[in-house]
Amino acid sequence: MTPVPSSLLMRQRIDLDALAAAIQERFPAGVSLSRETAGVSLSIALGERSILPSVCKFLFWDSACSFGGIVVEERATNWRISYLFLATGSGWIEVVLQMPTAESVIPTVSSEVHAADWHEREAEDLFGLQFEGHPRLGDFILHDQIWSEGLAPHRKPHRKLMDAHEFRLRRRANSEWRPVLVVRDPGAFAMPVGPVYEGGVGESLHFLLETVGEDVVRAVPRLFYNFRGLEKIAEGRAASDVLLLAERFAATSAFAHSLAFSRAVETLCGVEVPARSKHLRVLLAELERLRHHTGAITGICESTALAVAASQAAIVEEQLLRASCRLTGHRYLFGLNTPGGLRRDFTRDELRDLLASADSAVHELQVLEKRLRLTSSFLDRLEDVGVIEPEKARDLNLLGPVGRASGRCHDLRRESSYGGYDEFAFEVPRETEGDGYARLRVLFGEAYQSAKLIRQAVERLQPGPVLAACEPRLSGAAVGWAEAPIGATLHWVRLDEAGTVERYRVITPSFNNWLGFHVAVEDFAFQDFPIILATFGLSATECDR
Amino acid sequence: MSFWFWNGLRKGVQTTRYPRAPEPAPGVSPGRPVTTDFRSSEDASQAAAVCPTGAIVARGKSAFVDVRLCIHCQRCHFGSPHALAWQSDYEWTTVAGEGPTYRPLPNAYRGSLHVIVVDAGDCGACLHEVKQLNNPFYNMHRLGIFLTPTPRAADVLLVVGPVSENMRVPLLKTYEAMPDPKRVLAVGACAITGGVFGRTFMSAGGVSSVLPVDLEIPGDPPPPLAILHGLLVVTDRKSPIGRESLGGT
Repeated sequence: MTPVPSSLLMRQRIDLDALAAAIQERFPAGVSLSRETAGVSLSIALGERSILPSVCKFLFWDSACSFGGIVVEERATNWRISYLFLATGSGWIEVVLQMPTAESVIPTVSSEVHAADWHEREAEDLFGLQFEGHPRLGDFILHDQIWSEGLAPHRKPHRKLMDAHEFRLRRRANSEWRPVLVVRDPGAFAMPVGPVYEGGVGESLHFLLETVGEDVVRAVPRLFYNFRGLEKIAEGRAASDVLLLAERFAATSAFAHSLAFSRAVETLCGVEVPARSKHLRVLLAELERLRHHTGAITGICESTALAVAASQAAIVEEQLLRASCRLTGHRYLFGLNTPGGLRRDFTRDELRDLLASADSAVHELQVLEKRLRLTSSFLDRLEDVGVIEPEKARDLNLLGPVGRASGRCHDLRRESSYGGYDEFAFEVPRETEGDGYARLRVLFGEAYQSAKLIRQAVERLQPGPVLAACEPRLSGAAVGWAEAPIGATLHWVRLDEAGTVERYRVITPSFNNWLGFHVAVEDFAFQDFPIILATFGLSATECDR
Repeated sequence: MSFWFWNGLRKGVQTTRYPRAPEPAPGVSPGRPVTTDFRSSEDASQAAAVCPTGAIVARGKSAFVDVRLCIHCQRCHFGSPHALAWQSDYEWTTVAGEGPTYRPLPNAYRGSLHVIVVDAGDCGACLHEVKQLNNPFYNMHRLGIFLTPTPRAADVLLVVGPVSENMRVPLLKTYEAMPDPKRVLAVGACAITGGVFGRTFMSAGGVSSVLPVDLEIPGDPPPPLAILHGLLVVTDRKSPIGRESLGGT
């Protein structure tokens, strides 16, 4: 195996002043910089569209920032399109492009920053923006066999409820639609999998496995079967109602998403949450991560048909679900976060009970990991399966455990130190092989670290209030973020004077990582497919929104 | 690798005794708010006002709860000065629709009920709880209930999620491919009423607007035992809960 370049492994703090000076020098005309606005550390406003790809390229490749996502907003008379980047240790950078709503053509950045590919396809489908130079726009969120092109449902004139009927009338199902097949060898055929499949319980996903017999040459996921128009539904609702949506669009990471949303609103209101609720949020977020990773480990054991291991991991998972329910009253931690802190406090005994459950879960997981390491038939199925090289992971900006198994150290808890994580001691496990086994080891490692964080949070907990008053006073937009179990999530919220949501943009780690899935499923045997899928541990519904 | 076998045995039996006896372990169910009597009608209307979905209706001095609409936000429970009574049970399955007709599957299905699950825009919670039915705690195989990947072999269609527009056709195709007799269960608040997503350009607002639904399992998400109760109701091994006890009028 070739050694990994040190530039991929080392994450050094990026100095924003130096970066700003470099941008000024490199692009003397057409950029104006501003600092510290609404959760964003540096805002770069572009005067002209043509330099957009080179600015994004400079940030992503030359300055080693990681890509966050694209936020498209339709204001009264103009588009506001911002490209978010994360500068390690210094917070978020946004590149803002404004243009009149009458225009719709912008240069693509995905030729320079591949991670932006799906974001642009999404904006094309939902807002009707044209990305000049993008190789494959079209059939994405609105499936072409159901919806005709050019509907742009997320644009302002479409009022969501009134348009429900109108939209069905306007769509012309394209029954002629056929997927694009790439493999043209003699005897090649495509095997469709999904959206209703997989031993009974699976999320709605569709894959087209292009094969010439034994081996699958190429597998293309087709997602967005679960698309419910979350961002559009949120428009015009009060922040407290949008919080319910933030919790309920991807329940396996419900706490992380409601945390990111709450943090965005808190930034807008200028509210600092009380210290006790900061610590409790760390505790609950880590409880969710521990439970999620246990579930992912169960899935991996199931995919290799190792029934006893799968059952034992499932027992741990159910115990953690019950512990969550005993502590908070909900098995998936709904109804806890609120802008300003937490809705309720916990007693010392309740937290002791949780700590005991987390400790016993870690003990069980350690025993399980030891046994799995001794099971050669299990390891054979995982090793060298679904490999993603570190360069590819950086190129596609893979997040969370998947990225960290391929040598990346992208973890918002470290890189942006939000919500009091800098007070705690923890490690971010990382592997460089990038195969299924590396991903499994990262999952185990992170689960242990989460339990460690839960213990520290309980020990350092100080008495005090858990909720600060948080009334939206100013209109404006802010970004909130959190490290969800699957990776970094970003919630962009714009509130108007009345405190209702004007635009809600959710960028999820699953959306980001599904883009990289096709890299792991090139030239593999049929029977490895469920295993690669399980080691990725992605959620379709979190991607679809 | 014979150690797996011995380790599996050493863990002992973890399985719940439900449906023979109630499951006493705390945390198996989040419970649900129930109809509560207050001292004054103002208290009752204030208690109802905190509900974001309108599941609580104040009539006189009582606050009635329609569990079909409840999304378990717990706002009527924690932090509310007029907290509703909370009942931690899990047998929640009701008969869908207004009519009193309910037809359980014949006795022949008691030992071999095959279930297909369709994710029609679910948030992952209900689906995850269905998945838990296969873990050693619940182990629905012991009751003769099996998950099947093919609709041709399925007797029961378990639908989770509000039916997203992109899943409408796959859901209908699954339903049509199932042999008669068949039953449809809507699992979770989203599948019953559309939940927080409601009826929009991308969400049908519940399974009943697409398919005839036989039984409804409320909850957001319903815990595994609630779903198990629903599956037992299908073959008449348990009775559904009457609407009256759910606070309707």
